[in-house]
Amino acid sequence: MDWQGQKLAEQIMQIMLLVFAVIALVAGYVLGSFQMMMIIYAGGVTLTALITVPNWPFFNCHPLNWLDPNEAEKHPKPQVAVSSKKKGTKK
Amino acid sequence: MHSFGYRLNGLLTFSVTILAIMCAIASLSDNLNTPSPSAEIQVMNINWFQKQPQGNDEVSLTMNISADLQTLFTWNTKQLFIFVAAEYETPKNSLNQVSLWDAIIPAKEHAKFWIHTSNKYRFVDQGNNLRGKEFNLTLHWHVMPKTGKMFADKIVLTGYSFPEEYR
Repeated sequence: MDWQGQKLAEQIMQIMLLVFAVIALVAGYVLGSFQMMMIIYAGGVTLTALITVPNWPFFNCHPLNWLDPNEAEKHPKPQVAVSSKKKGTKK
Repeated sequence: MHSFGYRLNGLLTFSVTILAIMCAIASLSDNLNTPSPSAEIQVMNINWFQKQPQGNDEVSLTMNISADLQTLFTWNTKQLFIFVAAEYETPKNSLNQVSLWDAIIPAKEHAKFWIHTSNKYRFVDQGNNLRGKEFNLTLHWHVMPKTGKMFADKIVLTGYSFPEEYR
């Protein structure tokens, strides 16, 4: 994932879990069944896990463009300044 | 969110925390319930009423217990524990409570019942104070939840008394 994708995944995860929790509570109370609440919530957790945890392509819409290795060699890293006694910097 | 394991761990811990909050809310919802239970106990017969060798009175009685406790059940109730206790006063103790019978009611359908039974547990006094004594029979119940707070209450039925003489 890229950075935007990570943020999106975290937000989706939190919102989905909260929504499923509220749905499960209301359904359980109205139906008078504790078991229904647990089933709905467990299903919600599984669905959220399937959507937010694996590295889906839609989380990678803003990919970072790392520099190509061949290109990197042409632009050497800056060297720390050395004393006058030592030889000059390597190219 | 930086790796599969990181996201999975975050999801699992958040979901369990939310589950704990849901259970707390479920327990709080029990307070919305206004129960209206009713019960009646008839002492059909005093089977025997003796003084034990140690000097304590013992009595065996047969009761007809009928009750409607269906309104105590909520969606968050696992079972109902009920027991019948005899309460009376003696010179030695200001309150004596002797448990005579108990039962577990696992579901709402079984909460409206009647039962004809002798006392499940022996009724022995501390001393020999029971002749002619008036006593109350109380039906206590404990509403045991699936999650959260347990409620307990009782109905007091008065007007019972022992015979004047042993038999």
